[in-house]
Amino acid sequence: MNYKTMPKCYKNSSKPHFFCPGCGHAMILKQLGSTIDELKISAEVVFGIDIGCSLLAWDFFDFDTIQTHHGRVIPVMIGVKKANPKKVAVAYMGDGGGYAIGLQSLIHAAYRDDPVVAILVNNTNYAMTGGQMAPTTFPGEITTTSSSGKKSSGFGNYLDGLKLLSSVADQSAYLERVSVSNPRQIVSAFKKAFETSDKNHFSFIEILSICPTNWKTDAADSFEFLKNMEDKFPVQKYPLGE
Amino acid sequence: MKKFISGNDAAVQGALASGAQAMYGYPITPSTEILQIWSEEADKNDRLIFLQTEDETTAGFAVNGSVLMGVKAFTATSGPGTVLMQDGLSMAENLRLPTVTIVMQRGGPSTGQVNYSQQELNLAVFGGNGEGLRIVYSAGTPQEMYDFTLEAFDSAWRYKFPTLVLGDGYIGKQKTEVELKHPLNPYQNSSLLAGKNLRNCYSSEEQFYEYLSKNILDFEEKSSLIARSESIGPKNAPELIVAHGSVFFVIREALKVIDPKSKKYQLFRPVTLRPFPKQDLKVAARGKKKIWFFESSYGQLYHLVSAELDAASVSAKIIKVFKPAYRFLPEDIADSLKGGK
Repeated sequence: MNYKTMPKCYKNSSKPHFFCPGCGHAMILKQLGSTIDELKISAEVVFGIDIGCSLLAWDFFDFDTIQTHHGRVIPVMIGVKKANPKKVAVAYMGDGGGYAIGLQSLIHAAYRDDPVVAILVNNTNYAMTGGQMAPTTFPGEITTTSSSGKKSSGFGNYLDGLKLLSSVADQSAYLERVSVSNPRQIVSAFKKAFETSDKNHFSFIEILSICPTNWKTDAADSFEFLKNMEDKFPVQKYPLGE
Repeated sequence: MKKFISGNDAAVQGALASGAQAMYGYPITPSTEILQIWSEEADKNDRLIFLQTEDETTAGFAVNGSVLMGVKAFTATSGPGTVLMQDGLSMAENLRLPTVTIVMQRGGPSTGQVNYSQQELNLAVFGGNGEGLRIVYSAGTPQEMYDFTLEAFDSAWRYKFPTLVLGDGYIGKQKTEVELKHPLNPYQNSSLLAGKNLRNCYSSEEQFYEYLSKNILDFEEKSSLIARSESIGPKNAPELIVAHGSVFFVIREALKVIDPKSKKYQLFRPVTLRPFPKQDLKVAARGKKKIWFFESSYGQLYHLVSAELDAASVSAKIIKVFKPAYRFLPEDIADSLKGGK
């Protein structure tokens, strides 16, 4: 592997990583690593990860990392940040961890304006357990728990977490949705999030991501699916308050 | 220095004297004053960290986060809160995080009964998905809420196991004189995450088994240093009474009247429910004709030790006086002892 093109904060001994071929996580973590390198904050970062595919990042980087439990990365990182406010607390989760089992904590962190950098990777399914329906799954989408397509009646439409958080977050918070189709935008969102954390406010970046394994898509179809996601989940900064 | 305070207040004073810096919690009777009093302390002192979380799950995990940074942190709860904290305790158990959890027991599910019980022993000792690698103290008075909270912080950081102090609603709400001794050498704390990647996810049974076995071995090795009991009355008495927490003290009072010359009964309590002072109990049980178990649960203490008594070939008649989620008064003890043939 040509490590010259890889972020310096990568832990080389854990590469090649364990994510599936074509997984969006690897692309996102690379942008996160590059941003942390560029800002020279790897000594300050405490990286917390949730359960789901995100857990495979437990030894991805050379900085302090704690893999937590499902839906609990936000609470742990709140404890980290409160105990040591000089640290940059990054909470990394999937859409199941953030929008289902851990939603209560995510909403309250936004509401209290806890100075954590929350990063949520949305691939519209529970990928680690084999592709079950999530709150982000679209009506009609086939998953292993919606084999004839998700029915919006009884199972919900699709949850727009950013819209939800923007209604409770403090004016000083930073909320943005980006997509793996645009890595530069991911980096700029990360920078804005770290700036916000520096000013002691909550930031949240949702990243629309691809999951070829569970979507059962090839490269072209994966990005086709992503385009559909970008239509339904607007890729934009979220205005706060009235 | 002596102060006239409640058991809940005593727990806070114990935490402060131990150098605790952070407390996360959620209101729940009968432990709520711990949250309230800590919040008042934090108002007066910028060094102290306080957050009233959205639920007990978050409180437990936030404690884990602060402890990872090397800050002494704790939470306090009861009943359904103790249930919700098990996931965080399992994380702490496996990652060897020295968290402190104060549990003031109440009865039944949800708001079943918010006064008192000894029904949270199983939860405190073996409540998580793991092997119960925890230290659990059972306090019986407001004084012990102070003393055992001091001891809990010391043991947690010294041995790196999550530590619980089990009290109950009567102890929490009761006001009495409490001697606020200072700990001799508060155990020094430091970051547990610096330079590390920590996890609770393993790629294979082999990998996890190897890791867990080390923790179990370490717990077993430390057990003799941690396990503690107390016994009053003659060691050669014909009958042994076993109880823990506040029930122990009710029986102690009753025996002053029932057995004033202290001839018939030896009274034994485990101070630590986990690790359990097995050896002490075996010695106390030796040669006894009768062994009484008094508890405000349906035998949670008895079930914790019955295998040990069997293993020690104790032939005594076992008499169980179980009153799940119900108090004992000294006269109840006298009635039971008189009635038990």
